[in-house]
Amino acid sequence: MMRLLRREGWVVGLLVLFIVLLIVAKLIQPNYGANDFISLVRAVLPFAFAVAAQTVAVIAGGIDLSVGSMMALTSVIAASLMNGASESYALFVVPFVLLVGFGLGAFNGLMIVVTRVPDIVVTLAMLFVFQGAALLVLQAPGGASAEWLKNLIVGPISIPGVPVVVTAFIPNALIVLAIALCAVWLPLKRSHLGLSIYAIGSHELAAFRSGVPVARTKILAYAFSGLFAAMGGLALTMSTGIGAPIPGPYLLASVAAVVLGGVTLGGGKGGLMGPIVAVFVLRLVRTILTLLAVDPNVTAIFEGTIMVSVVMLGAYLAMRGSRMP
Amino acid sequence: MLAAPPILRREAGEGGHAQRGGGGMTSSPLLDATGVVKNYGAVAALKNASLSLAPGEVHALMGANGAGKSTLVKILTGAIKADGGRVLIRGQERKIGSPAEARRAGMVSVYQEPSLIPDLDVLSNLRLTRTPLEPFRAWVRELGVPDLDLRETARHIPLAVQRVLDLARALAIEPDVLLLDEMTAALPANLAERVIDVVRRQKETGRSVIFISHRFLEIAAMCDRATVLRDGETVGILPIEPGVEERIVELMLGAKVEKTRRTLRTGAPQNSTGAGTRLRVRNLQVGTKLQDVSFDLANGEVAGVVALEGQGQDELFGALSGAVRPSGGSIEVDGRAVKFTHPADAVAQSIAYVPGDRSEAILGQRSVRENIALPFSARLRNWGPIGMARERATVASAIEKLQIDTRAQREVIRLSGGNQQKVTIARWIAADARTILCFDPTRGIDVRTKAEIYKLLRELAGQGKSILFYTSELEEIQRVCDRAIVIFGGKVVDIMPVEIADEPALTRAAYGLPRGVEADIGILANAGREATP
Repeated sequence: MMRLLRREGWVVGLLVLFIVLLIVAKLIQPNYGANDFISLVRAVLPFAFAVAAQTVAVIAGGIDLSVGSMMALTSVIAASLMNGASESYALFVVPFVLLVGFGLGAFNGLMIVVTRVPDIVVTLAMLFVFQGAALLVLQAPGGASAEWLKNLIVGPISIPGVPVVVTAFIPNALIVLAIALCAVWLPLKRSHLGLSIYAIGSHELAAFRSGVPVARTKILAYAFSGLFAAMGGLALTMSTGIGAPIPGPYLLASVAAVVLGGVTLGGGKGGLMGPIVAVFVLRLVRTILTLLAVDPNVTAIFEGTIMVSVVMLGAYLAMRGSRMP
Repeated sequence: MLAAPPILRREAGEGGHAQRGGGGMTSSPLLDATGVVKNYGAVAALKNASLSLAPGEVHALMGANGAGKSTLVKILTGAIKADGGRVLIRGQERKIGSPAEARRAGMVSVYQEPSLIPDLDVLSNLRLTRTPLEPFRAWVRELGVPDLDLRETARHIPLAVQRVLDLARALAIEPDVLLLDEMTAALPANLAERVIDVVRRQKETGRSVIFISHRFLEIAAMCDRATVLRDGETVGILPIEPGVEERIVELMLGAKVEKTRRTLRTGAPQNSTGAGTRLRVRNLQVGTKLQDVSFDLANGEVAGVVALEGQGQDELFGALSGAVRPSGGSIEVDGRAVKFTHPADAVAQSIAYVPGDRSEAILGQRSVRENIALPFSARLRNWGPIGMARERATVASAIEKLQIDTRAQREVIRLSGGNQQKVTIARWIAADARTILCFDPTRGIDVRTKAEIYKLLRELAGQGKSILFYTSELEEIQRVCDRAIVIFGGKVVDIMPVEIADEPALTRAAYGLPRGVEADIGILANAGREATP
């Protein structure tokens, strides 16, 4: 138990913060309830995938600035493919779009490894490339989504035998998020590849000397980042029913959540759980400030302040923790 | 045991080429590298290196700083690629492209710097290299670390233990050839003994070890032969026997031994102005690297610091310049005890540090003038409008004094290395620093500029400034210094008057060998070991 707390202290802390914020929301707005929570999760869904994509890239010691525009591109691809197609056709669209995301991410990684141009420059360039490509696929927001895909993230879960009081607080969107992330992340983290991703992010030279194929690992890390971005693109299409070629505010939000989630921007440290909880915290803060009818501009200032203070507090606690053996 | 033929002494003549071959060992070599070449740009790190290793042999690889030992090890283990030469493993030519390939060929290296991934715990580090757990644990215990927590993050493990873990990890996969680069340098004595013990037992099982060390005692205790590198060439392969250390030192120095002493110190008498102690260092200690250093530096004196790589000189200069906090001992400036917590504290005492790595000191994109003016315009009270006229005059006089070539003065990075180095010194002359700590200021610069720097240092001393001068080129000691302070294993082992501090004497002292005739008895004999295998 103590070990868990020591290793996952950051995540536990963020979870506590999240629960405290939920209580605050309830205090401000006494009828804040299950439905509000469900809509929060629905709104967070694309953000969460963007964060997952960014997390993999950052752990590998890089950064992916193309996350937002890759989501836009995959979203419009999905929406235009499903436009006017049958319900069952979507069964092929989903894996195809995921594959496209994986491929685009791998291309990012390949460019970085082959050209030796820094990650931040390559992915910045790809930000523009993907954005242009998305506009080529769809000039304006449009396309469609299969009904079953849309319904997948609507409403609470229903489990026979479990009282509605409980299930009302478990949104379908959360289940989709959990399954999608776990299906990719858990096997990855337990594999040799996952370990290698952490290794190259922590100390590339030492990893090379330990026999890690650095170039291949980096390409695959970006590929997985692309895979998560494609999930984010699908989530966008699922929740809006269309595809929008202009990227949303996902890039900066993803970097913010990664930092708040205890992943060092230098790489090699942290997990996926922290940033995911962090993005929930950041969105909930926004909701609360909206409930309080705070000026949206002030909201942005507030978010920035929270980020810096939480990260500072974390660094301070970590420093004290390391002094006490 | 078979009647082994007498081991041949193989060494090349002056400037000659190394000979290849197994040096008369009974069995064919396990590893045979010949004619290995490696260039870094225009600098040749290895010109013609060769190394031959018999099965069941512990082979020392020796050479002065920068002779190319580490480069050779990195080539053998695939960490860098050679530009030329052949590597045969069991008689077959192999191209080794990466550490993973070297490992498949049965060669594993423990590098000078720890190779554990800092953010992963020990267990994950083992999984990363696919190291079997049980043998690893057994080796760790064997090496004297009984209570290792496999869940500990590598970053939080003390350096010495990390080195032991690196070694245990290498041993656990039972390599045919183990390469140890300065393995014992960062270890306390008890752990070092265990390492020597383990290495000795490696050869009983027919495995071979290549051992790089500056410590003759350790080499005497376990090595069979030594290959000596000088300036990137193999200049000799010698069996380890009593008295051989003198031969090794000679080979490492090469023709330089016979060179007559040339003192370029131009008349500037010691303590010419303002005699008295400027800097008094007592029992200075920094971590485990610098253990016990005491010396005085007088006004008007140039004191040379001589040490092999990694003997604590970086920590000494770091502590004196305020970049590193000492863990013990005292520093006095002009008779007053000082505690430096920041480089600005040292600068406030008029102590300036000129780092060996020029890129640490210069602002490459800025002009010569700005670079020189930096220390005095950075003072808080000089904020506001910079006194342009005064600044220009000071800078101009410093440039003139140093004869800096200012044709490309708008960006310092475009100057030659020697001129960049002059800029780093000029800034402290302009700032009128009373003490200058020079860390290897002449590394990699041309002969003429070197001579100019020597002259400059002497002139500064003549004006009563005191200079602490670390150099990796031993001949410089007699050219510029008044005394030589020799550091070995984090301690001052000798302080020599410059008259006797010629290269052979300094080299012996730097390797921890005692001064004078008694050295001829040979510490190898004292190690109580039979010479021939």
